Amino acid sequence: MKYLTEFRNGEIAQRMAREIHSIATRPWKIMEVCGGQTHSIIKNGIDQMLPAGIEMIHGPGCPVCVTPLELIDKALAIAAQPGVIFCSFGDMLRVPGTEGDLFQVKGAGGDVRVVYSPLDAVELAVKNPDKQVVFFGVGFETTAPANAMSVHLAKRQGLKNFSLLVSHVLVPPAIAAILDAPANQVQGFLLAGHVCSVMGYWEYPPLAEKYKIPLVVTGFEPLDLLDGIRRAVIQLATGRHEVENAYERIVTFDGNRAAQKLLGEVFEVTDRAWRGIGVIPKSGWRLNDAYRDFDAEERFHITGIHTEESPLCRAGDVLRGAIKPAECSAFGKECTPRHPLGATMVSSEGACAAYFNYGRFISADELAKTVVSCQ
Amino acid sequence: MRAAYKVFTMCLAIPGKVEEIFQEGDLRIGRVNFGGIIKRVCLDYVPEVEVGDYTIVHVGFALSKIDEGEAVRTLAVFREMGMLEEELAGEEEQFARAAAAPQSPCPDGSCNTQ
Repeated sequence: MKYLTEFRNGEIAQRMAREIHSIATRPWKIMEVCGGQTHSIIKNGIDQMLPAGIEMIHGPGCPVCVTPLELIDKALAIAAQPGVIFCSFGDMLRVPGTEGDLFQVKGAGGDVRVVYSPLDAVELAVKNPDKQVVFFGVGFETTAPANAMSVHLAKRQGLKNFSLLVSHVLVPPAIAAILDAPANQVQGFLLAGHVCSVMGYWEYPPLAEKYKIPLVVTGFEPLDLLDGIRRAVIQLATGRHEVENAYERIVTFDGNRAAQKLLGEVFEVTDRAWRGIGVIPKSGWRLNDAYRDFDAEERFHITGIHTEESPLCRAGDVLRGAIKPAECSAFGKECTPRHPLGATMVSSEGACAAYFNYGRFISADELAKTVVSCQ
Repeated sequence: MRAAYKVFTMCLAIPGKVEEIFQEGDLRIGRVNFGGIIKRVCLDYVPEVEVGDYTIVHVGFALSKIDEGEAVRTLAVFREMGMLEEELAGEEEQFARAAAAPQSPCPDGSCNTQ
């Protein structure tokens, strides 16, 4: 709570927390979908400000974490090839494949580069006509417009040496999959604010209606998160199930139509395997026929991938919200950010990394009991 | 206190001020100031944004226009939470951050940690 109390709006935060305490008449479980929100909740101790009955379940919204192992292995195989410049966001460097990670490929002489934007990779392709430049295009709907523009630009410029290794994933089908799971306990969702800045929230009312569940578009700052939780709790307390926008200063119902238009021109919906979770129907985007020539999987034809996950790692249970990171026996022992067994320990958006970095070696429940027993 | 492991926050969009706009090949590009750090940003998805406006940016792409007060406040919060330098780190810094991640026992003894 260091950051909250230091921040000048600490008083407003306390007031919101008090309101949540006063309206939370029953225990409810609310999931924040986005890994960036998980990071902020743990870093700011938001979950510890809530009444004991209101439990935040951390969702699968960390793109690094859910990128399938098979694709990581393909990335490693492509990046190790001579004549390839392999470009990625920094988060992917330490994600463990079956054998090693991109950092190790670079150490062994592979040309692996971190770029700020996929457009930087296109520029590298222009400057290095004798090399094949591959960009690792992972991410949710927030990142997809950037990747779509990069491949659109490469096509318009007739670049023959640029391709995308694509593993885009989509939020609405993931929410439906979580709610369809027989053991589901989630009763309300905080929708990822920046995903909605691109997509709007027109996709969500049918989900709220079908599953009778509150969905609240929520931002990333401590006050945004408290407000999102507050609104979800009010809906639960009054028996409503609506899509509500608690991030109006950024998100509109329609979203960014210009971005959605290009996404529609470049990508098509596909079934997608989520690491630790399995295949979710129609939960991803891949390049469509018009852009198939720019698909790195087509260009490099990597075969003979045999994936093997660590037997200790319970990232799948964490991603489904079935357990908290500290409940995994390998957490903080065999598995740390330096030696991650699963991707949830790698990314700053991964729930395990967030728990590790902010010293959450026991669950919030146990922590609450400790605090009580000390008084 | 454990060192925080920060490389990149994948879905975070941060606000910046558009200081200059120019055409670069097929793209409308802006020079955007994020609390002192300047980046080139593609403005094709926000045709309404002009010089002096604030916009939120994710991996080099502006996604929507926002008002100044909001942008300044959000920048201050993100800076406080350490998210600003994390999001805008250069390539060398990102490699250095990955290499400097917290130490822990190495399961197979391959990297000389205890």
